[in-house]
Amino acid sequence: MICRGRACPAQEGAASRAPTREGDEEMIIAEQKPLKEILEIIGDTKKLLIAGCGACVAICFAGGEKEVGILASEIRLARKKEGIEIEILEATPLRQCEEEWVKPLADKINSVDKVLSIACGVGVQTIVDYFPDKVVLPGLNTTSFGRPLEMGVWAEYCAGCGNCILHYTGGICPVARCSKSLMNGPCGGSEKGRCEVDPQNIECAWQLIYDRLKRLGKLHLMEEIIPIKNWSTSLHGGVRKTIREDLRQDSGQ
Amino acid sequence: MNNTETHDSELGTRNSALATRDFEPVIVAFCCHYCAFAAADLAGSLRLSYPPNVRIIRLPCTGKLDVLYILKAFEFGADGVMVAGCLEGQCHFQKGNIYAKKRVQYAKKLLSEITIEPERLEMYNLSSAMATRFAEIAREMTERIKKIGPTPIKVEPDKLTIELVNK
Repeated sequence: MICRGRACPAQEGAASRAPTREGDEEMIIAEQKPLKEILEIIGDTKKLLIAGCGACVAICFAGGEKEVGILASEIRLARKKEGIEIEILEATPLRQCEEEWVKPLADKINSVDKVLSIACGVGVQTIVDYFPDKVVLPGLNTTSFGRPLEMGVWAEYCAGCGNCILHYTGGICPVARCSKSLMNGPCGGSEKGRCEVDPQNIECAWQLIYDRLKRLGKLHLMEEIIPIKNWSTSLHGGVRKTIREDLRQDSGQ
Repeated sequence: MNNTETHDSELGTRNSALATRDFEPVIVAFCCHYCAFAAADLAGSLRLSYPPNVRIIRLPCTGKLDVLYILKAFEFGADGVMVAGCLEGQCHFQKGNIYAKKRVQYAKKLLSEITIEPERLEMYNLSSAMATRFAEIAREMTERIKKIGPTPIKVEPDKLTIELVNK
């Protein structure tokens, strides 16, 4: 679940809000590992639970209820073909990153040998946290934070750097969308609005920023020098933890 | 299908029939209500015969087809699966058959990953008036599957009944 220092739409309507597939939400993007790798990971498991997630990964069609069903069917077919018996249970909690959705899976989780989670990395580790004796395996590769551009296409929009500068850059993020994460204008590889890294698929973020600032009549912002970015709020600063004392309850102390 | 191909497939069928001893494949056909299903119906009215191996499941449109339907069919022991939708550009719901085509392609990819021959799955396009074509594709698919041989997925009939009842 994405929720970084602002009211998260997914959290506001917590219990009542069903996951949508309308493609208007920022989200964690993931893709399924190749079946061959998944089969290797699960090894000779006799009874497996495939746990999906009804939030981000359902919207990007990697780990929702349907993908759980398809993967279960694929694994059963692959195993049946080898003449190996496998029993697969399926579960798709609304969000695999929260206690209240994961704990009710206790009966299913305790009845299987291993859990194959097809949520993002957070989901996998949430099950690990609440079921420390269970082997939990990842079925997805979590890739980025982004949004669907069209049906079947997802693009990275945010790098989670912990120090947002979108107000300088016309609302377009150079950290996530410039191949070099440049802070002060494009490099020499910007040609006709495309990035030299992959002109077919990558737009030059600084061209987008320039166009947008021009449109807003704020081109003077291009001349402001953005100081050297403090990366200590990003992965470089070590493990991040967000704490809001006002929201903490007794158990958190 | 040209004559040479027919000849080849006939030979192949004879050979594989010898090898597998009267192998009669089970082929699940997902048919669109507006075309293939009507064509199959017309084939019946016209007293056209086609192999009884084909078991028809009617869909309101092939746009209703789900990858999971295809996988489940194989899971329950189908030797082949065919999807029959309207001619391209003539879908009753505009693009259902185009979506189905993409899903069939995707399902073929999944089948190869599982190492099941993707040729066991095929999509056909026809109109409701094409009864002879329906009989032809039913024959074509049956021949093809007979050539490939029985499904590698072993399903015990008793167990299958139990599974289906439990569902």
